[in-house]
Amino acid sequence: MSGALPVPAPAVFPETAPFWEATARGKLLLSRCEDCGAVIWYPRPLCPACGRPRVSWVEASGRGSVYSFTVVHRNAVDGYREAVPYVVAYVELEEGPRVLTNIVGCDPEAVTIGMPVSATFDDTGHGSALFRFRPA
Amino acid sequence: MDDVYVLGAGMTPFGKHPDRTAADLGAAAVLEALDDAGVALADIEAAWVGSVFQGMAMGQRALGDGGISGIPITNVENACSSGSTAIWDAAMSIRAGVYEVVIALGVEHLTGQFRGAFTPDESDIEAQRGLTMPSVYAMRAQRHFAEFGTTTEQLAAIASKNKRNAALNPLAQFKKPVTVEEVLASRMIADPLHLQECAPVSDGASAVVLVSKAKRDQLGRGRAIRLAASVLKSGRKEVGLPEMTFEDLTHRAAEEAYAVSGIGPEEIRFAEVHDCFSIAEALRVEGLGLFPRGEYPARVVKGEADLDGRLPVNGSGGLLGKGHPLGATGVAQVVEVVRQLRGEAGDRQIPGAKVGLAHCRGGKAQGVEGTACTVNILTV
Ligand SMILES: [Zn+2]
Repeated sequence: MSGALPVPAPAVFPETAPFWEATARGKLLLSRCEDCGAVIWYPRPLCPACGRPRVSWVEASGRGSVYSFTVVHRNAVDGYREAVPYVVAYVELEEGPRVLTNIVGCDPEAVTIGMPVSATFDDTGHGSALFRFRPA
Repeated sequence: MDDVYVLGAGMTPFGKHPDRTAADLGAAAVLEALDDAGVALADIEAAWVGSVFQGMAMGQRALGDGGISGIPITNVENACSSGSTAIWDAAMSIRAGVYEVVIALGVEHLTGQFRGAFTPDESDIEAQRGLTMPSVYAMRAQRHFAEFGTTTEQLAAIASKNKRNAALNPLAQFKKPVTVEEVLASRMIADPLHLQECAPVSDGASAVVLVSKAKRDQLGRGRAIRLAASVLKSGRKEVGLPEMTFEDLTHRAAEEAYAVSGIGPEEIRFAEVHDCFSIAEALRVEGLGLFPRGEYPARVVKGEADLDGRLPVNGSGGLLGKGHPLGATGVAQVVEVVRQLRGEAGDRQIPGAKVGLAHCRGGKAQGVEGTACTVNILTV
């Protein structure tokens, strides 16, 4: 049986502060370009599709499906070393972007590509939460 | 634009060198390349030196130990493509007509610094998910499985092939052939990738002397190999959809190399590609257009990429077998292609090899597909 995944506080920058504040309230925000309509992941001040700066926040449904995944059996980093085996995955959100995350709340061996998942938030205790996903 | 030739090649053994410094390894590769080229220290007009984790002024330290100083020396960091980017820079200086004899060196001493896998930048918004480099490629492997029916056994066959080739290379880190069964029995790192499918941590250095056509004619040694194309590209911005089974970066670098050289993928006789993991070799050769998309792992099982196959891939042992001292890797690939084209590859010689390709691709930065990718095409 694996240990729990660590929940360290993320590095928060001025551009990503609204994103992290929302995670503390259990909400996953995405950036959307006001000019070209692109849904942007990861959040950043300039639209990577058109280069314009009119980027706003939209709330994601938190629903998606596993695009790809792996069960990690070895990691030398403190916290994760003890947590193996755990799942790292790309989840394709309903809104389009594929986000890098963990799948939790199930046996790692039960994860499959295409599996429906929903967001869950692990509180860091520092005004933010790490977004992870569990089977829907 | 002037033609560019590789006149000399040098390379230290790859592996663990606890009793040698990076500067010492670099100097050894430089001196061997100069000797191979038949040029003197004083003939070198400029130098480019690729490394990743060696700190400031690696080039000045290594070249100084080798007896070269005072000339323009440029240090190059471009993740795993640092050494091959140094070649690109050096070749460009000759094409531009600025210099006639230059050197590109790649050097890395890692075994004192790293024990395990590299992890991404912790300031990224997707950091702290326990992502490791093996897990990046493991997820790409899982997509390859889902889209093309690739299997764990087929990926293991790629690793086994490269370790078998490495056993024929006296400079390789691994000296022993490894069977498919042994690959599958090795420790699972990130499902489906086993320990034997991950490139090791290595020390080493490699160097090439590049010259203009006039210098080649003047030195008249008959061993010069033409650098028909040297291309560098960087990853394009991703808006939110990382592509996992098709390498746009590799594809774009290859297309330009084929166009510049007038040599198409069907004319490439053999290739050295960036097999940091077993699945990576498949993604590279498919992106290069050397094998049909999705089919490479199955064709490896049929022997098509063996030394005596239709298109040998990583005859040197590749990163998996020869070792992966980051900054030195891209230069070592070109050293291997040069030796094959000269007929100097010993037990791993590919008969009648006239055109070879070297592909080196480095890194993953947040928001781009990959850091950098080089494709070099060389001909007799
Ligand atoms: Zn836009």
